[in-house]
Amino acid sequence: MIRCNGLKKRYGTHEVLKGISFDIPAGHIFGLLGPSGAGKTTLIRILTGQLSYEEGEVSVMGKRPERLSGKEKKGFGIMMDSFGLYERFSCEENLAVFADLYDVPRKRTGEILKEVGLEEAAKRKASDLSKGMRSRLQLARAFMHTPEIIFLDEPTSGLDPQTMKAIHRIILKKKEEGCTIFLTTHNMEEAAKLCDEIALLNEGTFVEEGKPEEICRRYDHHRRIKMHLSDGSDSEFDRDADSAEQIYELLMSGKVVTIHSTEPTLETVFLELTGRELEEDR
Amino acid sequence: MHNIMVIIKKQIRDTFKNLTILIQFVLFPLMSIIMEKMIKLDNMPEHFFTKLFAVMYIGMAPLMAAASIIAEEKEKNTLRVLRMADIKPWQYLAGTGIYVWTICMVGAAVMSTELDASERLFFTGVMGVGFLLSVVAGACIGIFAKNQMKATSLVMPCMMVLSFVPMFSQFNGKVKDAAVILYTQQLRNIFDEMSLKAFSGTDAVILGANALLCILLFVLAFRKKGLE
Ligand SMILES: Nc1ncnc2c1ncn2[C@@H]1O[C@H](COP(=O)(O)OP(=O)(O)OP(=O)(O)O)[C@@H](O)[C@H]1O
Ligand SMILES: [Mg+2]
Repeated sequence: MIRCNGLKKRYGTHEVLKGISFDIPAGHIFGLLGPSGAGKTTLIRILTGQLSYEEGEVSVMGKRPERLSGKEKKGFGIMMDSFGLYERFSCEENLAVFADLYDVPRKRTGEILKEVGLEEAAKRKASDLSKGMRSRLQLARAFMHTPEIIFLDEPTSGLDPQTMKAIHRIILKKKEEGCTIFLTTHNMEEAAKLCDEIALLNEGTFVEEGKPEEICRRYDHHRRIKMHLSDGSDSEFDRDADSAEQIYELLMSGKVVTIHSTEPTLETVFLELTGRELEEDR
Repeated sequence: MHNIMVIIKKQIRDTFKNLTILIQFVLFPLMSIIMEKMIKLDNMPEHFFTKLFAVMYIGMAPLMAAASIIAEEKEKNTLRVLRMADIKPWQYLAGTGIYVWTICMVGAAVMSTELDASERLFFTGVMGVGFLLSVVAGACIGIFAKNQMKATSLVMPCMMVLSFVPMFSQFNGKVKDAAVILYTQQLRNIFDEMSLKAFSGTDAVILGANALLCILLFVLAFRKKGLE
């Protein structure tokens, strides 16, 4: 559905993307992770045909993004910070403008507001909405016309956990309905939870990509097992035949409170790969 | 056509929410009617206020409205969303222009009620020509300005020249001689006669040159900046 091969993008002399390749099959959620300034928004703008690029092959829905006709671009749903709302219009009216443009029946605006939990605020002006409500309205606008591909640029950044969860539910629902979703985020947990596939973007290249659990397993250097026992002590074991017996005995004794393997979280992997915290500069 | 209609519909919905622009639309027709009704001096020319405010209306409202609507849409980044929804730049500009022009025409029709019945159609027609030029000029500024602040600061001097110079020209012959190069002054002269009798070939050329200049600037601005 979305394919990139050796994509390069420069702003003047500053090379932001230095040869990126990936392939997102239809119906998948692809998560792009990376620190601030890594070029995530730039990549979305390229994929949606808003920005040109210097080198590489890019194909979205089987065409180069700059070749997509206006009609074909209507098959995108886009949510990004630089896509504004009509501040003087209510939620309903904001959606109504685009319902008209996308030939979506008007009654659908009510349904979609309900879907994103804004039915109470339907008549409220966009300028009076909280940050979370604005995000949900932008999301509603991106989804309204049941697009084939949805691009979400940091859909949950700076939101409270409830709103974040609500947005996750909506995103997963859209996936079930068959949408292909491309999202960027700073949030590792979010990526692990939502995405079929993720890529870590750092300094213009993908430093790692794959299924979230797979990546974590790949960086499980210690390969150990950690236990917390009922007497308050912690023990660690190697994952080998020698330890198996000890572990078995402890388990049989009934003293084991928790048992974990020590594969790292995505966050730790990212730290290891880039030498910087994802959210340090926010 | 559908896209243009959506833009017009959106603007109509915004009319009563956007007070700064609503005031522009309502102020001049309202003022002219009130003044005509209230102030009646013996030696005052017929329909003095209607003619006075008509020219100010042409020189201010469409300019301000067109420039500020376009600049705001760029500044608030709603234009990008429209562009993604397959609205072409010309469709957006056409929709906005048609909207501003139409609202102004409603204002002109209201103003014309003070005139003699025989003059109304002529008056409104001339107003229409003036609005058209001003809308194009306003759109130029809207395309050129990065944001609403910049648009306002560019619109102000244009409005001053276009609407105040024809006003002062009636007190000062020199100003009037110089002001003939402005389309607003030309229209003012037409209103004074309420006919095209005194409208010479030179005047027609000046009016045409004004129109050409507006269109040229518009094309230039659009070529250079597009709607980004
Ligand atoms: N129009 C532009 N002109 C020049 N440089 C730009 C432009 N837009 C972005 N950049 C630069 O490109 C780099 C990547 O920017 P981008 O917005 O894609 O980052 P990002 O990953 O989305 O960051 P964030 O997480 O903060 O949103 C940055 O160094 C930025 O300064
Ligand atoms: Mg970004």
